[in-house]
Amino acid sequence: MSLNRKDFFGLRDLTADDIRYILTTAETMKYVLSQKSKKSPHLQGKSVIILFYEKSARAKLAYELAAQHLSANLVDMTNSAHDMEQESLQDMGQLVDQMGADFIILRHPMAGAARLLAKCVNASVINAGDGYNENPGQSLLDLLTIKERKGNFTGLKVVIVGDLLHSRVSKSNIWGLTKLGAEVCVAGPPTLLLPEMEKFGVRMYYDVKQAVQDADVILTTRMRLETQNKMNLPSLDEYKRFFRIDENLLQYAKKDAIVMHPGPIQRDIEISSSVIDSPQCIINDQIGNSVAVRMAMFYILSQMGGGLL
Amino acid sequence: MNLLIQRARLHGAAYTDEKRYDIRIADGKITEIGENLQPQDEKLLPVDGKSVFPGLIDMHCNVCEPGYEHIENIASVSLSALKGGFTSITCEPNTKPAVDNKTVVEYIISKSKAVGLVNIFPYGSISMGCEGKDMAEIGEMYEAGIVGVSDGDKILDNAALLRNVMRYTKMFDLPVMTHCEDRALSGQGMMHEGYTAACLGIFGMPREAEEVQVSRNIVLAEATGARLHIAPVSTRGAVRMVRDAKKRGISVTCETCPHYFALTDEAVEGYQTLAKVNPPLRTKDDVQALLEGIADGTIDVIASGHSPTTQTEKNHEFDKAAYGISALETAFSISYTHLVDSGVISAERLNVLMSKNPAEILHFSKKGVLQVGYDADLIVVDTEKTSIIDPSEFASKAKFSPFAGKEVKGQICTTIVGGSVLS
Repeated sequence: MSLNRKDFFGLRDLTADDIRYILTTAETMKYVLSQKSKKSPHLQGKSVIILFYEKSARAKLAYELAAQHLSANLVDMTNSAHDMEQESLQDMGQLVDQMGADFIILRHPMAGAARLLAKCVNASVINAGDGYNENPGQSLLDLLTIKERKGNFTGLKVVIVGDLLHSRVSKSNIWGLTKLGAEVCVAGPPTLLLPEMEKFGVRMYYDVKQAVQDADVILTTRMRLETQNKMNLPSLDEYKRFFRIDENLLQYAKKDAIVMHPGPIQRDIEISSSVIDSPQCIINDQIGNSVAVRMAMFYILSQMGGGLL
Repeated sequence: MNLLIQRARLHGAAYTDEKRYDIRIADGKITEIGENLQPQDEKLLPVDGKSVFPGLIDMHCNVCEPGYEHIENIASVSLSALKGGFTSITCEPNTKPAVDNKTVVEYIISKSKAVGLVNIFPYGSISMGCEGKDMAEIGEMYEAGIVGVSDGDKILDNAALLRNVMRYTKMFDLPVMTHCEDRALSGQGMMHEGYTAACLGIFGMPREAEEVQVSRNIVLAEATGARLHIAPVSTRGAVRMVRDAKKRGISVTCETCPHYFALTDEAVEGYQTLAKVNPPLRTKDDVQALLEGIADGTIDVIASGHSPTTQTEKNHEFDKAAYGISALETAFSISYTHLVDSGVISAERLNVLMSKNPAEILHFSKKGVLQVGYDADLIVVDTEKTSIIDPSEFASKAKFSPFAGKEVKGQICTTIVGGSVLS
């Protein structure tokens, strides 16, 4: 096992063995969570600081619950962009570090922010999303969900549909899935795909029907028509006309194909309501795994010396 | 005090590699070059077979004074230039206030004379405040001593303004320097759009952002007959367009900087903000094209691209960190290592790129060539000596470099400006 680091930046840094080890640990954590008392003492006496420079509901909740289940002291320091202008990330990190933080969970609008913070603090830094780079926590819960349903990654055909340009979890998923031996295809409007992604070992499609042919897993992304996207995509109505996952499209995939979404979902845009409400769509499994995966990340870092300094 | 440089190795068709030459300097001019010159009443400078080159002339340098003296000032940039072998530098106009009127031009010239080390030649701005709207007082600045017009690395969206400036400067026969970048195409980009940017999750600046403006500016130069200088080219497409334009007889010259042919976008891996420059570092294929352009004469000039910033401004998230590179003290050795030592061009040809061509473009009639009658701006170079780049030893205030720790060949031993041995 080569996972011997202080921090968690993303799946690009991990080996296939590292990822398998995290997923196995997460399965153990899931067992812990199924007990009457969910509490375990692994982070007793440790402090976990939530430092989010972006809005988040579910990721924050998952990290908070994970830390509390492991008996850590938890402080939420969600900062607005206003604070970011006034104090550098390093200075904020030093502040938190000097107060004795063992773990800092950072979500930040700029790529590489977690790496920068980690250089100047003793605490373990977990990247909870950095710019358009990675979101390892969300990705690992996706991988755990796939593993539970499909058993194995080798030879699995996984299709990621939507906005690959702005989706950091998709980037993490591509790193992870290709390392684990899955065949990864991406589909979306050309303006929302990165041409260089083919060098990541994925196949790229503009025609989603071709992409999902015989697929085992379909991952969708959030579609946010923000300022930037208006130059990339005319409208969500046009997007759904070409890329929405619905029953018609699922006919091309394998019969037991599963459909996933990182949430929050916009019904009938990314996925049709009828598919969301069908057993093929396993969004609830994803949410169910979100706490266990974060517990595994905490546990592994604490075993590797993180938070023990 | 007159000077006799003794036993120098000189490069060029007129000289033999095995022979050693003496160079006599009187009143700031080269007066005699030959073997075994008889010493007269003058200071002797024996160089024991080291090479003597014409002093380097930098066409792309940010002096940062007035307005940004905490980053760099005329005194520190002069020392930095001397250490780097530059005997003349230009001064980009995007200072605060901008070099958009004769008073600022006069300030820079008088301040640099007071410092009295290297020659500093200001560029005047194209537009008032380098804001890309109204034309600056180019005529008055010409009378005060500018050698070209430029808006520094500010983006010039307004093609009509540029066209007018190209027509207007014909009165003074000034070159028009343009940083080529299309604002919309650069968008949120912070580095070259390519595999490394995709891996790092950083938005890219595509080659098109540079090339669209290179092509636009060439079209305008052809139409107006102005002297266009592209500062700098970094992509294969830009090199090709300049090559084609030259073939068609359009008055266009271009430069590149050592970091564009010595580094690629991979240097940004790990969010290395020291490698954040604009235009961005490109790919191996672009580097290859730049080397071809340097070898075949498409690229006229190697400029330092010195664009200092503070360490604090570099110690940020990559998106937030400042662009810039401290380049005066590495430009020659990086160029010598990557171009001459690696066999792309000869040492004589490097002199053309770093001295003769800049002098011609800037209309310095007595600089850039090691020849009797020319200004005694010279450098003594140990072409065999290897050294490790150590930014903590820089004279520039910006003591950092993406080349830190790199082994290079070709060390500047002595810099002579106007016959005075200054370092």
